Amino acid sequence: MSARIPRETKRVRMLVTPEGVPLPLELADAGQRAGAFLLDILILFGSIIAVTIFLFFVAKAVPGRATDRAAILLWTIGLFLLRNFYFTWFEARPRGQTPGKRALGLRVIARHGGRLTLDSVIARNALREVEAFLPITLMIQTLATQGYDTLIVLFGLGWTAIFLFLPLMNRDRLRAGDLLAGTWVIRVPKRPLLPELSAHAEETEFTDAELDAYGVFELETLEQVIRQAHAPAVATVTLTICQRIGRQHWSDDGGERDLAFLQAYYAALRGRLEQKLLFGKRRADKHDRT
Amino acid sequence: MAISLPFRRKRDAHLPDDERPPTTRRLDPLPSAKFRAEREGDWRRLEELLGRAERRSAAALTDEELLALPTLYRATVSALAVARETSLDRALIDYLEGLSTRAYFFLYGVRGRIGPRVRQFFRHDWPAAVLALWKETLASLLLLAAGTLAGYLLVRADSGWFMALAGGMSQGRTPDSSTQQLRDVLYKGGTDGLELLAGFLFTNNAKVALLCFAFGFLMAVPSTILILMNGLTLGAFLALYANHGIAGELTGWLFVHGTTELFAIVLAGAAGIRIGWAVAFPGRLSRMDGMAAAGKQAGTVMAGVVVMLFVAALLEGFVRQLVTTEWLRFLIGGTMLALWLAYFYGPAGRRP
Repeated sequence: MSARIPRETKRVRMLVTPEGVPLPLELADAGQRAGAFLLDILILFGSIIAVTIFLFFVAKAVPGRATDRAAILLWTIGLFLLRNFYFTWFEARPRGQTPGKRALGLRVIARHGGRLTLDSVIARNALREVEAFLPITLMIQTLATQGYDTLIVLFGLGWTAIFLFLPLMNRDRLRAGDLLAGTWVIRVPKRPLLPELSAHAEETEFTDAELDAYGVFELETLEQVIRQAHAPAVATVTLTICQRIGRQHWSDDGGERDLAFLQAYYAALRGRLEQKLLFGKRRADKHDRT
Repeated sequence: MAISLPFRRKRDAHLPDDERPPTTRRLDPLPSAKFRAEREGDWRRLEELLGRAERRSAAALTDEELLALPTLYRATVSALAVARETSLDRALIDYLEGLSTRAYFFLYGVRGRIGPRVRQFFRHDWPAAVLALWKETLASLLLLAAGTLAGYLLVRADSGWFMALAGGMSQGRTPDSSTQQLRDVLYKGGTDGLELLAGFLFTNNAKVALLCFAFGFLMAVPSTILILMNGLTLGAFLALYANHGIAGELTGWLFVHGTTELFAIVLAGAAGIRIGWAVAFPGRLSRMDGMAAAGKQAGTVMAGVVVMLFVAALLEGFVRQLVTTEWLRFLIGGTMLALWLAYFYGPAGRRP
């Protein structure tokens, strides 16, 4: 789960909180953003269709011109509100994410981590009108009224393409709305607090020499292997460690015993590395000779 | 694989199986594990409060919980700083980073109740933003006036221009219409379906205004063209009615809502120009920062423009159709204009 993917450092921005602690912010990539947008569009179209059908049946069920007029009025205003304020409404809330962004674990923030104002949210979403809705409606209208007009469709596609590919042309993956509003879209994946691994370790004695075989990098890799508990990987890692520290061990091919051994070694190694850390010595990996 | 195993594998049947060390005693917890055990409760509490506050709103928390939130956040952030220095539990650091980020954006992000924010918008932010755009507003107004004049002169010279300039807005009015027909449009009141008309006009005008604003991004060129075209259409209508000698009546008809609506469109154009200017001539700021600053200011103006258009649609849909007395129409339109001017350029926007 929390498999530690080597972070693509190009997309990580450091935010220093007022308390002076740097927090890494991972910018969303173009694919995630496109996915979130498509989801939102589907939800938007879905709600428009649902509202239309609902009002249609209400108007059918309650005959009379007054209901018809009320239904049409509601439909016009509802459509306007949905189209223009769906994104704004959700992004202005404390979560800063539309349902689509929520599904993909994205949220909108002010650039460099300042306060995100309502104005920015309005500005970035007003631009959707030009980026996406205008060419889409243009194309639909052409198809509906004049049949297939190649020129208009081509124009619409070209127009959309300019804005569509804009995020790929800058380092921060910003679309036009983000440029204008000074916003970033970041990834905020839900990370649960995983159990403490060293708590389950059995008492096993390791010599200092055995523990000095590895550094922080290997420790973190080991943590990942134990947490995933994928039998073949556990067996391989157990074999490798035993070979390196020259210790005999009864392997059960990645079963309970190997896992217990890894946990014991992990706890001991972490204890030793953390102790060194207190004296300001950080051993990056097994090649680090300091 | 031809490597010799330095340890015996279970499969080697000739070797004894029960060499497992009998020690199942637990280790003394690591200092970092103790550190975690002592603080885990706080983190879980912060996570729970955040979850509740984000799902609904800050109102879902009691006062006591709201007060606890910043304290818990600071505790978590400082725990993160300590953990980075002393702990090598990657999962723990990842968790703390995630939680701190969430809490940070809850505390420093968009927040606050909607009521005070709306009040602040009307009392200060909106007029101040409009006031700050006065130069662009003037430019936008001049463009509209130039368009109107051009449209007027063109149609006066050759009424054949009318259809080209007014296009879909003509609602059956053509240069061949009789004076009576034209006059009817202006004075035939009635309340039939007015709310529909108002709703339609509002959404339609809001769309035009949003486009004016959003197009500013393309160095304001499309925005200025949109405003010019609005002016041309207006001028064409004036000329058509002037040809029949009833331009004054048309002005009264337009005046009721026009002062509000045209003002709103001029402001939207001004917002677009402001952005276009920031893109083209960023000055001392970086282009990105300049654009962001302009975008925010213009965003505030745009939120107000939508409000103005709503008012204009109400005036257009109801008042204009119900009030057919000419001097009353001028009075209403004039009053609206005076109110807007006093609001935007009066003391409201200058207060700190």
